[in-house]
Amino acid sequence: MKEISRVMLAKGGPFIGLILVIVLFSIPAETREFFLTYNNFKIIFTQTVIVAIGALGMTMIIVSGGIDLSVGSSIALTSVAGAQLIQRGWAPIPVLLAMVAVGALIGLLNGTAIAGLRMTPFIITLGTLGVARGSAKWMADNQTVNYDSSPINGWMTTADPFGHALPAGVWVALGLAVLTAILLRKTVFGRHVFALGSNEATARLCGIATTRLKVAIYTLAGAFFGLAGLFQLSRLRQGDPTVAVGLELDIIASVIIGGASLSGGVGTILGSMIGALIMAVLRNGSQQMGWPTYFQEIIIGLVIIVAVFLDRLRQGRQA
Amino acid sequence: MSDVRLRLTAIQKSFGATRALKSVSLEIAPGEVHAIIGENGAGKSTLMKILSGAYGADAGTMNLSGVPYLPENPHDARLKGVAMIYQELNLALHLSAQENILLGAESARAGWIDRKTSRERAQAALSQLGHEGLDLDRLAGDFSIAEQQIIEIARALLISPQVLIMDEPTSSLTQADTEKLFATIARLRARGVSIIYISHFLEECRLIADRYTVLKDGETVGSGEMAGASLDHIVTLMTGREVKDLYPRTAHPMGAVVLEVKAVASKPRLRQATLQLRAGEIFGLGGLIGAGRTDLLRAIFGLDDLAAGEVCILGAPTRAVGPKNRWGQGVGFLSENRKEEGLMLNQTITDNLTLTKLGAFGRMGWVNGARQEAVAQRWVGELRVKCRDAGQLIGELSGGNQQKVALARLLEHPARIFLLDEPTRGIDVGSKAQIYQLVSELAAAGKAVVVVSSYLPELLGMCDTIGVMCRGELTAVRPRAEWSETEIMRAATGSAG
Repeated sequence: MKEISRVMLAKGGPFIGLILVIVLFSIPAETREFFLTYNNFKIIFTQTVIVAIGALGMTMIIVSGGIDLSVGSSIALTSVAGAQLIQRGWAPIPVLLAMVAVGALIGLLNGTAIAGLRMTPFIITLGTLGVARGSAKWMADNQTVNYDSSPINGWMTTADPFGHALPAGVWVALGLAVLTAILLRKTVFGRHVFALGSNEATARLCGIATTRLKVAIYTLAGAFFGLAGLFQLSRLRQGDPTVAVGLELDIIASVIIGGASLSGGVGTILGSMIGALIMAVLRNGSQQMGWPTYFQEIIIGLVIIVAVFLDRLRQGRQA
Repeated sequence: MSDVRLRLTAIQKSFGATRALKSVSLEIAPGEVHAIIGENGAGKSTLMKILSGAYGADAGTMNLSGVPYLPENPHDARLKGVAMIYQELNLALHLSAQENILLGAESARAGWIDRKTSRERAQAALSQLGHEGLDLDRLAGDFSIAEQQIIEIARALLISPQVLIMDEPTSSLTQADTEKLFATIARLRARGVSIIYISHFLEECRLIADRYTVLKDGETVGSGEMAGASLDHIVTLMTGREVKDLYPRTAHPMGAVVLEVKAVASKPRLRQATLQLRAGEIFGLGGLIGAGRTDLLRAIFGLDDLAAGEVCILGAPTRAVGPKNRWGQGVGFLSENRKEEGLMLNQTITDNLTLTKLGAFGRMGWVNGARQEAVAQRWVGELRVKCRDAGQLIGELSGGNQQKVALARLLEHPARIFLLDEPTRGIDVGSKAQIYQLVSELAAAGKAVVVVSSYLPELLGMCDTIGVMCRGELTAVRPRAEWSETEIMRAATGSAG
């Protein structure tokens, strides 16, 4: 019982926040009609997919005490690569695998540089942010990469001919979230990720191969970012080297709103997913309220600060 | 009594259901050095936090020089004349010594630093301490710990404190620096500053303090003149335990050589060390801080690369180095630095205790959480770790209990060769006694133990063989019977004949 109440307290914060924003947007006259409908939530879920999949990888990285600023650029680069492969007539599954591989490769480079050169993740990924974005533009010759059509385009559409089913992207994000949560909680790899983030010196002293572990974490997270790139491509239906600028900040914000600590060792997949949903609900609700985008940006900025502040208050009371 | 600088009467403080202080009374005269003695958890830190204004008391009165003393916060306490030097120094390492001394109390005119007055005030504070020679322009981070402490004391002196609280000031000082600090304290005493001195080193308290007060479970259980008190009496007050029980000695026959260190060196400090360790042997490593004792353990454990020499475990030279291999070979390492290296403070007791062998709690990379928790819970019971349950975050435990968990990690692994670096540093006497008992039992069970300790009675009390390091070299290795405290100090300072 005590265990349950403690988990509720620790995980409940983001969840209460999510309920709160949903309730708030259900009340005004402008949104009352449409906000709390199945169709709107289908849109919200679909809009969450890219950030949510990115947040899966980012949660691993942040829990391990790291950060990755190159996510938006990785997504742009993989989506350009994917579009070019489709142009060459590749089938959807090989395209998917190739894009995940490209993402993983960027992660591998990040991880190797961070662990091998012993440099801070902030600097390394700030560098790859530029490198990957530039490469994407170079590969695409500074234009969007268009293709006739591909089944991939159907993976993120909300215009579902069968009426009620959610698009493939939502199911994939959901399934991966469950798998990643299990990976982090129940496996040696996952527990080592927490150990690394909580205290790297202890992890090393206890015989954890920290260098290899870091490379593995960034590579796996990179694979998630590659997959996020796939759904970005599916949504835009073209490869755009200028897409997802600054998306890493949304992803980091989701993870932080979800209760993770930037100093490492703390964070949950469930929390990050709720964090991603909070961001999507805020965007969706603000649009329906007819608020201008600058107003949305201000609100989301404030929510991040308030969420982390409340989280700290709660932690303080617990201790 | 008019000559009372600080008087505390029946101070009480509770945190939720926990009564940290039940009733503490204290009287200190001007120019008196007063030792506060007690096990961890006895209420010393809570009392100091109340004195320095970090907490308010629930009940009781405080008087400073005859007026009620009710500090609102540490800054207010400082202005009222009570300054505190924390165990963990609070310096801005990237600022100069002078900037640190004047931090928060800069001499300025309309926001511009007045260089001349600043220099004079900083210099004046240093001369009060007898450290005029300290280079005020050097960055604080470039000074030794002992010098940094002087900077911090100088900062406290800027506001001419009536009472100066020092929390474990010698915990990271060498013998020589400790003596210098005592000279500084004597100067302050002569100027009429009252000093509250907190330390786990009872001998030290006896050397420096005029009077003492013993706390136990949040209550004052005794106080008096230091000169007339015996250490045994004080330890009995603290623990209700006789001091001779501290170092248990069970018979432990020695077996085959399990660890051989041959002319090992590592950068930057360890120059040369050779030793042999037998099953059932407790090998003590003495020496000053910085003599290379920790470096030797780290080199044996594969945390630092060897620049020369060889480490043989169970008779075979080991090519495979690194902590992972060492754990695999049955070697366990206890870090001297619990907070920064030894433990993951924001993780549970369970995760900390089982980190070296997670794979053993399940198959194919899965961790069976229930089994892991059961094992941790068993150790918590066995070592009497004070905690809610094994799921509690380790950062919430006291130092002694944290250390028990850190040690349990080696016991659970299980290790055959124990490398223990300052296993009793900063923990209460009760936990210390328990750790001595544990080490003795390990030896009786045929395990081999290397213990680094700066505390000589401990080395002489628990070890079979003692080696002393000096300036990166392991110079003398002899059976315990051939050592005395003086002998060890001589060897450690390189003045052995």
